[in-house]
Amino acid sequence: MSAVSSLPAKPAIAPPAEEATARQAERFLFQEAWLLDHSDFDAWLDLYTDDAVYWVPLEAGQADPLNTHSLMYDDKRLMQIRVRQQTHPRAHARLPLSRTVHQVGNVQVQDTGKVGELTVRSTLILFEYRKERQRSFAANVVHRLRLQGDVWKICHKRVDLINSESELDGIAFFF
Amino acid sequence: MSAISSRQIEALIQDDRVHRSVYSDPAIFEMEMSQLFGKAWLILGHESQIAQPGDYFCTEMARQPVIVARHEDGSVKVLFNRCSHRGAMVCHEQSGNAKQFVCPYHGWTFETSGRLRFVPIAHNYGESFAERMPEFNLTPVARVDSYRGFIFASLAAEGPSLLDFLGHMTSSFDDLVDRSPSGEIEIAGGVFKHAYNGNWKLVLENHNDTVHPAFVHASSVFAAGGPETVASTPVSDISIRQMRQNGAPPDVWEKLGLWTAGPGHSYMGDYHDDRRLVVGLNNPVFEEYAEALTARIGEDRANDVLSVHRFNSIVYPNCSFMSQFRQLRIVHPVSVDRTVVYTYSFRMKGAPPALFQDTIAFGNVVNGTASWVLTDDLEVYERTQKGLTGQLSDWVYLGRGFGDDRPDEHAMVRGGTGTSEIHIRSQFAAWKNYMSAGSA
Repeated sequence: MSAVSSLPAKPAIAPPAEEATARQAERFLFQEAWLLDHSDFDAWLDLYTDDAVYWVPLEAGQADPLNTHSLMYDDKRLMQIRVRQQTHPRAHARLPLSRTVHQVGNVQVQDTGKVGELTVRSTLILFEYRKERQRSFAANVVHRLRLQGDVWKICHKRVDLINSESELDGIAFFF
Repeated sequence: MSAISSRQIEALIQDDRVHRSVYSDPAIFEMEMSQLFGKAWLILGHESQIAQPGDYFCTEMARQPVIVARHEDGSVKVLFNRCSHRGAMVCHEQSGNAKQFVCPYHGWTFETSGRLRFVPIAHNYGESFAERMPEFNLTPVARVDSYRGFIFASLAAEGPSLLDFLGHMTSSFDDLVDRSPSGEIEIAGGVFKHAYNGNWKLVLENHNDTVHPAFVHASSVFAAGGPETVASTPVSDISIRQMRQNGAPPDVWEKLGLWTAGPGHSYMGDYHDDRRLVVGLNNPVFEEYAEALTARIGEDRANDVLSVHRFNSIVYPNCSFMSQFRQLRIVHPVSVDRTVVYTYSFRMKGAPPALFQDTIAFGNVVNGTASWVLTDDLEVYERTQKGLTGQLSDWVYLGRGFGDDRPDEHAMVRGGTGTSEIHIRSQFAAWKNYMSAGSA
């Protein structure tokens, strides 16, 4: 018996989801990362509900997206505009598109208590390569998933970069 | 580094062209830090950042760390952030409130005025050290002044007053402040800090360049004009409208006004306005705001205030702001080919809270580090910097509208059309004066 297992468990913020659901949600996050890393942006957009919010706060622990700036605070329409912009022949900061690897880890799936809704916490390690330069980012991520019919969709995604408040060169890719 | 003579400097700046080395030569950059950033009035921030005694924020002037603090007597102090003992920064937080600054190294303790108050084991620093303590106050920056709450400082003891330096650019600050129903504004909503591998001048040249939007921003104009397959929300309305605005037809840009004032300053006027951007969205909040403004200053005056249609105002060499959209950008040169721009939004006290949400949404698209729009500007700055390292062609042409510049009221000069490069020629005329002054 290891010493670790005898430690008292930290109280969970919300009860963990059932194992099968948790596995499903985890695979869903991996699928999102795969679509972004393979430039399948239309399929990526399809993972989101029409009323989705995609949020990359500017400040650590930022509570409010409306009265404080955000690196990105998009409704579905603005997400579509980002994807559409990439297809234009004079999308200077997006030609070539950044190549990325989204490494998703530490996935914890939590039951929200609402039928057909899950909260998924994860960490993201992202490498970006473009024009002779590689950058790395790290973030805490929270997805809120909603069951639409028998398909999970993302209705809210929040990406808290650990360096969101620092001086940053332009960001023209998705977290 | 060998000194660069004023004759050499003058040869780099001609009427309608400049030598590429002004963007790419590290020796010229070092000279800019002493001759230009070391002499001009630099904007540091706004008094709302240090509203209470003891409030402070840290920033840089010509790459040197400084503290901007509100002393207990209410005065604004700008101090070099460098302990007078061994040189450590006495303050490392970006902002906060402090009764005193204590050096982390040996505990030397300074008041927010800069006065050295206490030195641990003072007797060890020499017998007469108690009398010598005033020699060891934090060094104040030579001159500090403010205009309508905007804090400026100059590293040079001599030079024109702030009011003389600003000239008619005061009217752009007036425009920003007068729009507030209470007459008060405050910085709020966080700070974007966007960086690029390019010279600091590129961003100041771009803000009043009215031909670039159609080309640099072509992709976001295109994308924002796409079919609406999902409903837009208040979150996207302003972003989409501002992105589309960059695709205005050429005659819109030709007809707007470009004015230059004083040493390198300029503003873009007669451009689109709050009414088109916000009221155009049938936003009832704007009417509520206009009523609040009218209630304080009367209908005629309110109409005057709201009929000013300015976009970017540039106060050379480190300030660019948007009076009617309440955005401020402060340019920090890092090296000849690296620049960081800090951007701020203002809240008008007494305006409906929802109006500030429009300001935030507008700032996200105009100044956001991950914005559809700004990312293309940053990309083009970097490509320009790369292009200017090429040695086969030495000259940068600034001839758009050259010969059509005409004097206007308030000692300003106006470009013949709104697409003139007059603002860049004016910046380099000022540059030449700063850089050649006082040298052989």
